[in-house]
Amino acid sequence: MIEVRNLTKVFGNRKVVDDISFRVKKGEILGFLGPNGAGKSTTMRMVTGFIPATSGKAVIGGSDIVSQSLAARKKIGYLPENAPVYPDMTVHGYLSFCAGIRGFAGTEKNRVVTETIDKCFLGEVVHQTINTLSKGFRQRVCFAQSILHDPEYLILDEPTDGLDPNQKHEVRQMIRQMSASKTIILSTHILDEVEALCTRAIIIAGGKIVADDTPAGLKSRSAKHGSVFVQFCETELSAVEACLNEVDGVGTIEVADSELPTLTVRVYPASPEKSVAEKVMAALNRADIAPAALFVEQGRMDEVFRSITIDQV
Amino acid sequence: MRVRESFTNIKVIFGRELAGYFNSAVAYVLLFFFLMVVGFFTFYISRFYEAGQADLRSFFQWFPWIFMILIPAVAMRLWAEERRLGTIELILTFPVAVYEVIFGKFLAAWVFIGIGLVLTFPMVLTTIYLGQPDLGAVFCGYVGSFLLAGGMLSVGCMTSSLSRSQVISFIIAAVLCLVFVLAGFPPVTNVLSDWAPIWLVKLVAGSSFLTHYISMERGVIDIRDIVYYLSVIFFMLFVNALIIQSRKAS
Repeated sequence: MIEVRNLTKVFGNRKVVDDISFRVKKGEILGFLGPNGAGKSTTMRMVTGFIPATSGKAVIGGSDIVSQSLAARKKIGYLPENAPVYPDMTVHGYLSFCAGIRGFAGTEKNRVVTETIDKCFLGEVVHQTINTLSKGFRQRVCFAQSILHDPEYLILDEPTDGLDPNQKHEVRQMIRQMSASKTIILSTHILDEVEALCTRAIIIAGGKIVADDTPAGLKSRSAKHGSVFVQFCETELSAVEACLNEVDGVGTIEVADSELPTLTVRVYPASPEKSVAEKVMAALNRADIAPAALFVEQGRMDEVFRSITIDQV
Repeated sequence: MRVRESFTNIKVIFGRELAGYFNSAVAYVLLFFFLMVVGFFTFYISRFYEAGQADLRSFFQWFPWIFMILIPAVAMRLWAEERRLGTIELILTFPVAVYEVIFGKFLAAWVFIGIGLVLTFPMVLTTIYLGQPDLGAVFCGYVGSFLLAGGMLSVGCMTSSLSRSQVISFIIAAVLCLVFVLAGFPPVTNVLSDWAPIWLVKLVAGSSFLTHYISMERGVIDIRDIVYYLSVIFFMLFVNALIIQSRKAS
């Protein structure tokens, strides 16, 4: 378990991280979200022991990152922001170096390096120097470094930053495969990633935690959550409104798009807990209006993110 | 257990750094520059052949001045490069202590310079061919040069940790080395001794790289000189550690 207690960091007279506390258990993938400059990287740097906290502490699997630093750091795999690597080394040389520093030697070291190279699909570039590699490969080389010693705790700062969609998919798959046996924290500002990958998300803004919830839970905070989205073809708005206003439980009806010949409306339930989708469908059937498309909106992560982070700052 | 682990960590860091020198063209350029300049000064300025003496004084006497430029150039990348690449964040979150990284880097650079010194062996062979040099004195000269290099290198390591710019590191290191050498340079100490109290002159001269180099250059290894160089090295590397600890992220 990673436990962060009242972590605070002050640079000069600016509080970058302000009294953050959370716990992450084994098997969880915690997404760390926030606008740029919210304190994500600073928090991760304190949790990994790179910079000392002004106050508060981080405990990694029972070892304090400051007082039992080496023991704590042994358990962590860390991918820093921008995936730093030594450009003049070969992929193999770099990973051997990292393995050496993680205490591997001899055949054991070779085994670990070869395994990691396979796991991260680096076989084709293994003897190339890193400065000849594309951004995606560099990112993967640094990622390989972080999982090399099969750490219990994985801390990844923007692991998919700068990758193309295929590479993003690969990295996400790797993370997901490892997640059962590990505790993972990853920061990102790609909201799809949180939905696709994380079991839990923390949003921080201005150095404070402003939301801590599952991705589905966060989405349900959206104003659009539970609303019914209906699209018609060559239908008059007045007819639709007349029909839907009769339905019990319908709140407001909003025209989302009326570019002819399609008409799109969004129907909000009067109380957010009660779904109106079935009633809307039945009413439209009765009035003999055939919708071209109809679905219940789950809410959108980016909207929630925006409303939460802008309100707080 | 921890001692062995420490030793292994230093060895791993050392190996990477030393290989790093030879992976880039810079190492070869520096070694070439060093050997050329040493040869030039010894033969054309000190007139080694014309002097008709089978010793290497005219060779060793140039080292403080050549090292002043060479060694800051060798040391400048050690930490500045880590900062520039961001790999400092990686290396300081690995399960290694800061002092292990510092020693590993310092020793790698020191060995690199040692290789440069070893490559001056044709000078020794030439002298042996021409006459009967006192090989003990030659050995002392090399020990002195190696210690001098270590002292200057520790200054370079320290300045390298200051910023992400290798140029800044180079300039500050070169200036500091110049000050440390000049403090014992006779023209400077003579000016000082005209007006300053004798203890001050001794203090200034005693803190100089040059004062502690000259006797070894002449073939005398004094334990005090060795202690002096080792103290300088430990002090500078200690400051290096303080700088790294206090300004990791900048």
